[in-house]
Amino acid sequence: MITLLSTWTFGVALGFVALGVFVSFKLFSFPDITTDGSFTLGAVVATVLLVAGVDPVLATLAGMAAGAVAGSFTGMLHAILGIEPLLSGILMTTALASINLVVLGRSNVPLSGVKTLFDRAEFALLPSARLLGFDEVTAGEAARLGFMLLAAGGAVLMLYLFFRTRLGTAMRAGGDTPTMARALGRNTGGLTVAGLAIANSLTALSGAVVAQYQGFADVQMGIGMVVWGMASVYLGAALVGQVRLGGALLATLAGSVTFRLLVAAALRAGLDPDWLKFTTAVVVLTALVAPRLLVRRHQASAAR
Amino acid sequence: MLELRNATVTFAAPGGPLVRAVDGVSLTIPSGQFVVVIGTNGSGKSTLLGSIAGTVRLDGGSIHLTGHDITRWREDQRARLIGRVFQDPRAGTAASLTVLENIGVAACRGRRAGLSWATSSSLRAEAARRLGAIVPGLETRLDQPIGSLSGGQRQIVTLVMATWHRPDLLLLDEHTAALDPAAADRVVQATARLVREQKLTALMVTHSLAQAASLGDRLLLVHRGRIALDVHGAAKRRLSPDDLAFRFARLRSSDQLDEAAARSLSELYI
Repeated sequence: MITLLSTWTFGVALGFVALGVFVSFKLFSFPDITTDGSFTLGAVVATVLLVAGVDPVLATLAGMAAGAVAGSFTGMLHAILGIEPLLSGILMTTALASINLVVLGRSNVPLSGVKTLFDRAEFALLPSARLLGFDEVTAGEAARLGFMLLAAGGAVLMLYLFFRTRLGTAMRAGGDTPTMARALGRNTGGLTVAGLAIANSLTALSGAVVAQYQGFADVQMGIGMVVWGMASVYLGAALVGQVRLGGALLATLAGSVTFRLLVAAALRAGLDPDWLKFTTAVVVLTALVAPRLLVRRHQASAAR
Repeated sequence: MLELRNATVTFAAPGGPLVRAVDGVSLTIPSGQFVVVIGTNGSGKSTLLGSIAGTVRLDGGSIHLTGHDITRWREDQRARLIGRVFQDPRAGTAASLTVLENIGVAACRGRRAGLSWATSSSLRAEAARRLGAIVPGLETRLDQPIGSLSGGQRQIVTLVMATWHRPDLLLLDEHTAALDPAAADRVVQATARLVREQKLTALMVTHSLAQAASLGDRLLLVHRGRIALDVHGAAKRRLSPDDLAFRFARLRSSDQLDEAAARSLSELYI
């Protein structure tokens, strides 16, 4: 039970990465490798501040802000210097590898004896978890999951509302068809910078939260995050099919949790952890190809 | 009023010579004039339009539009004054956004985007009125992704978007070339109507003789980056395909038009 709950919590916490990748990759068609670096950046900034005694909320927000700065640098490499999206992200994430190490001071810093967001959440939500019928053993984890679900729900709602404003709609238009956005007076370079800032602040938020959840920050923890995000986005899309913005955002979050559950189930069933990344690639491939095959089969049967 | 003074655009072909795509063009288009531009492929007419829209930078001369020197303005800055419709319906609209959301972006042309809602009930009512007046039934599709519309319908929505706030200049770059004849005809009618109703200054590139002869107050033939023919006033109103053939022949005989261009113009427009 407690493993299932913590799998969920972790899935939702990583769901912020998925939301970030949804913004950069689905809305802006920008395959943003910065994700790997900004995840770690969020974690190390938050960790260093927490260890220094800063309030967990402020430390988490600072991690987010650092991610936003990293994302906007990637955006500027592309928009101002005309460097290709993939290369912009690679350059930024390479630079971040050093920055993260310097900020953290060494490769791994534990958060022992430091009050984190989750300690606060547990304190606030424990009574509600008990009311819902969770026992002594599971109530703490249930409270942490409840907190993550509230935070993720809030993020989805805010993204949904933002992308329906004039600015947000212009950003979606610029990501979809830059010629159209420019012809209607929008500076598409500026919109890309803003979009990547939003995307990487979400990724960094995830890093900050994950560090606090697992109790340490590690300079390697961001490796593979962009793939995780894409896997979640595609898995979510495969789960729900064609939907509007709000549905797609929720599906992305659901994709992250589903993916985490799949990974946990595979490991439990005896999958050699060495094959984990391979399995990830296969799952992403399946999520990409399966919907298309289903559509084709559907069309074929409709034609008959 | 649009004014080009000695506008020049030079391209360097890779490994080849410099090409003057626009070669010292000076042109004045008074407010309210509807100008049709014709020319063969590679004549420089698209580059001319691009240099006005801001997608191509001038390397000589200047462009003035309603009192502003826009020569150094970026494409998105010029959009404050200029409305555009592209050849490809996919270029002028964002496929994943609904029809109304696309119009919402157009309603912000020349304005700050800000954090108010992109679509409102008043925008919806106005969009339904304007679309329904041109294509009855189109107003019922406001909430569908614009990608689900046909090419012709998308071009009509793009026209409505480009003219949502009256532009000082409307640029139409072969905006019916990708459509079937029936759809092209509807888009042309919608264009003529919007230009007339809003008394727009418009520049339209076309490969259709019917459009070149029947539309507009003025006809420009672009050849080798220059304006080889400029017909306006009563002469433009009387212009028939035979006249056009006669004028091409006269240009050819006075060596202002080379053999290949004369042939391809005749094939294109006559």
